[in-house]
Amino acid sequence: MSNRVFGSAIKRREDPRLITGEAKYLEDIQLPGMLHAAILRSQYAHAKIKSINTAKAAKHPGVIAVFTGQDFKDLPALPCAWQAEAGRIPNYVNTPRVLESDRVTFTGAGIAVVVAEDRYVAEDALALIEVKCEPLKTVVDAEKATQAGAPQLHENAANNICMDWSCGNRESTDQALRDAEVVIQQRLINQRLLPTPMETRGCIAQYNPASEEFTVWMTSQDPHIMRLLMTAFVFSIPETKMRVIAPQVGGGFGTKIFLYPEYCLMAALAKRIGRPVKWMETRQENYVATTHGRDHITDIEVGARRDGKVTALKVKTYANLGGILSTIAPGVPTTLYGRLLSGAYKIPNIYCNVLGVYTNTGMVDAYRGAGRPEATYVVERAMDLVARELNMDPAELRRKNFIQPQDFPYDPVGILAGLKYDNGDYEKTLNKALEIVNYKNFRHEQAEARKQGRYLGLGLSSYIEICGAAPSSWIGLTGQGWGAAMWESANVRVHLTGKVVVTIGTQSHGQGHETTVAQIVAEELGVPIDDVIVQLGDTLGTPFGYGTYASRSAAVGGVAVYNSVKKIKEKAAKLAAHLLEAAPEDMVYEDGKVYVKGSPSKAKTIQEIAGAAALAYNLPQGMEPFLDDITYYDPPNCTYPFGTHVCVVELDKDTGATKILRYIAVDDVGRVINPMIVDGQVHGGVVQGIGQALWEGAVYDDNGQLVTGSLMDYAIPKADFFPMLELARTETPSPVNPLGVKGVGEAGTIASTPAVVNAVVDALSPFGIKHLDMPLTSEKVWRVMRKT
Amino acid sequence: MTHKIQMTVNGVKQQAQVEPRMLLAHFLRETLRLTGTNLACDTSQCGACTVLVNGISTKSCTMFAVQAEGREVTTIEGLAKNGELHPLQQGFWEKHGLQCGFCTPGMIMAAYDLLQHNSHPSEIEIRRGLEGNLCRCTGYQNIVSAVQYAAERMGR
Repeated sequence: MSNRVFGSAIKRREDPRLITGEAKYLEDIQLPGMLHAAILRSQYAHAKIKSINTAKAAKHPGVIAVFTGQDFKDLPALPCAWQAEAGRIPNYVNTPRVLESDRVTFTGAGIAVVVAEDRYVAEDALALIEVKCEPLKTVVDAEKATQAGAPQLHENAANNICMDWSCGNRESTDQALRDAEVVIQQRLINQRLLPTPMETRGCIAQYNPASEEFTVWMTSQDPHIMRLLMTAFVFSIPETKMRVIAPQVGGGFGTKIFLYPEYCLMAALAKRIGRPVKWMETRQENYVATTHGRDHITDIEVGARRDGKVTALKVKTYANLGGILSTIAPGVPTTLYGRLLSGAYKIPNIYCNVLGVYTNTGMVDAYRGAGRPEATYVVERAMDLVARELNMDPAELRRKNFIQPQDFPYDPVGILAGLKYDNGDYEKTLNKALEIVNYKNFRHEQAEARKQGRYLGLGLSSYIEICGAAPSSWIGLTGQGWGAAMWESANVRVHLTGKVVVTIGTQSHGQGHETTVAQIVAEELGVPIDDVIVQLGDTLGTPFGYGTYASRSAAVGGVAVYNSVKKIKEKAAKLAAHLLEAAPEDMVYEDGKVYVKGSPSKAKTIQEIAGAAALAYNLPQGMEPFLDDITYYDPPNCTYPFGTHVCVVELDKDTGATKILRYIAVDDVGRVINPMIVDGQVHGGVVQGIGQALWEGAVYDDNGQLVTGSLMDYAIPKADFFPMLELARTETPSPVNPLGVKGVGEAGTIASTPAVVNAVVDALSPFGIKHLDMPLTSEKVWRVMRKT
Repeated sequence: MTHKIQMTVNGVKQQAQVEPRMLLAHFLRETLRLTGTNLACDTSQCGACTVLVNGISTKSCTMFAVQAEGREVTTIEGLAKNGELHPLQQGFWEKHGLQCGFCTPGMIMAAYDLLQHNSHPSEIEIRRGLEGNLCRCTGYQNIVSAVQYAAERMGR
């Protein structure tokens, strides 16, 4: 690693097409003869469908066909690909059908589809469909849904409970709570969020009757998984009969991981009608029919000694899963949540119980961070609650409880189901953050400000994350993930001319894989970065991969790329030895050249070697032609990034508005491939997390109508809500993989929410406030300040 | 019932028969196949569809194509001149002002209007000037830097 491509802030190679309008997102794709679909969605949150009359719509000029769920009874319900510890505890699974025909359990469920020559016509015809429903009683609150008398959504799920999952040691935790010098109880609401990628979802399907093959373009983070789920579980055809292409994807934040009914519907329509069919979601559809995030009601009990040592954490969570299960819904509030509840701290006794609950609301699944922000919110609020109770500095309390560098690999009292934290120096990030914010000075400033009736607050969040979701053995043996594997793949080919083509199983939707993957290859192989072409997003021509989520593209996918390059270098060295008539063990590979140790002047370049390997007229005996390698990489562990974020706020006494004065993020994401891209991920993640703390919240009324159903009502952050964020890093290479990378995609979202809430609660402490539930809107803060 | 309309788009005269209810955004995207202008909400909140109409930044989803009769429209495709990127495009590339890129064309067109009215905006003026354009990826920080970069280059 000498030419320092790895670690450089190289400009993104995907940008020229994006800044000129030349990129092709799904909605930009037009196929000859393509039709347009519009979907009729349930207006009721809970109802029996009595009849759907499509006659008038079908006669509307320009309409090709109208279908209801009755027309697709041959297709099974969609798979739930990740049940909570499948095979160990029961999961009462109910998943969507291509179109619902009997009953709906949330507003927005698809019940009919119009296919027309033009999208305007398709939308017009939707209004002509007559639906008769018998409305049923609704419940939208996850705790109330489990109580006696609540309407029952699914026959197989008594009290609307999908699964009852737990981790940790209940007895020891109860005992530790009984023995604790202080015990704090608190209810924490982690409200429902609308992920809101700027590009909504969409799909185009085409069917070739001669070859019986589907081609499906979709807004996806994981085209291989989509193909697998659609072919194996919905259409019962071999995977070779379907090609899935994710074109340019305009953000996902988790929502584009999942298999949705519309994708299967488009494929079914294309086959039935014999023409390509396109569907592109409106924003209002996106808000009701695409997955939501978070939505936990959590009761915590924290036990501590008077000296600040936390001795026990007991957590009970009602996780709202919505009216029906999305693809990995049960996995998010269990494995990705409960197993992280030790955070950055040595907590000797932990117990967590989660009820996954059906309610008459939209589907809830992974949203940026997926379970880990919810866990971090619990842990970081708990730390502040204990500090407040003991009248102790929150930074000091964190220091007292941190896992120390010498404790790694650290097993958080068994709750990680056999895995251990890789490494870290948590206090270092806290110290750095406090230094940047000038902590001592701030406390003085805060005290002075209070005398003047100004309310400043500072909040800390020392987080850890679990990234690079993999170890297939962990996933398979302990039921922690989907299917039984989560490895990642890469194929590296050095062509005759020395140009390198890399195909990968992960799929960028804004992260910049085409740049960072090329950086890994250019660095290790010693070729110019412009000679490296990265291809992704198409099941035809890329090796099978599990896709991009859980910050795994670098820590799992990137390592697959690296390992392939290493194998290519080994082969290149053997071939060079043959060409130079030297012994293979004497060869040195350096900066894209191979030479005999001590004779760098007589080197063969990787381009010359690639040419020789491709032309193949002079190869050592037994060597296959071409420099081409494929790797399927399955890491031994996840990776565990960490850091400390600090937020400083001032509250406006007259309006209740929270102004963010400073925001400092000190992250350790292991080795950094491209600092510019890593900073960008932190910026975006932090702002999304602040959005949850202060403004965002999906609200359902008691009838199951989404009140915040458009961008007029749902408050995503705007440019003028923020000051410049201040970023810093420490770098602790992960021992888990040879690149030393940990992952960064979700860190900002995980860390920032509790930092902001802790800051606002700190600012409100003169009013006797110990906790306020999010979002901390101006109104909520104003009412608190006014009351007291 | 259709109307004949004429307008100049990126310097090229265009005419077409359109439905009176056709949005300018759809006219640009579907009739003229200028797909750089994106649509990301149904309610004129997000600004992804921002274009210039007679030099003024306009959300093309809030305007019917027939209302653009006789006007000059500039989209993201019309910003680079003679193969050279506009300083704003350069700024977004240099400063990593985009991730998924979906809001970017609209963001750049809105910033173009902003810089026309204020060639040296402060950080807060940039933030306020772009508050009608939503981005979910960047946290806006590098967008601000990108606009500052462009302002500096254009001011030279």
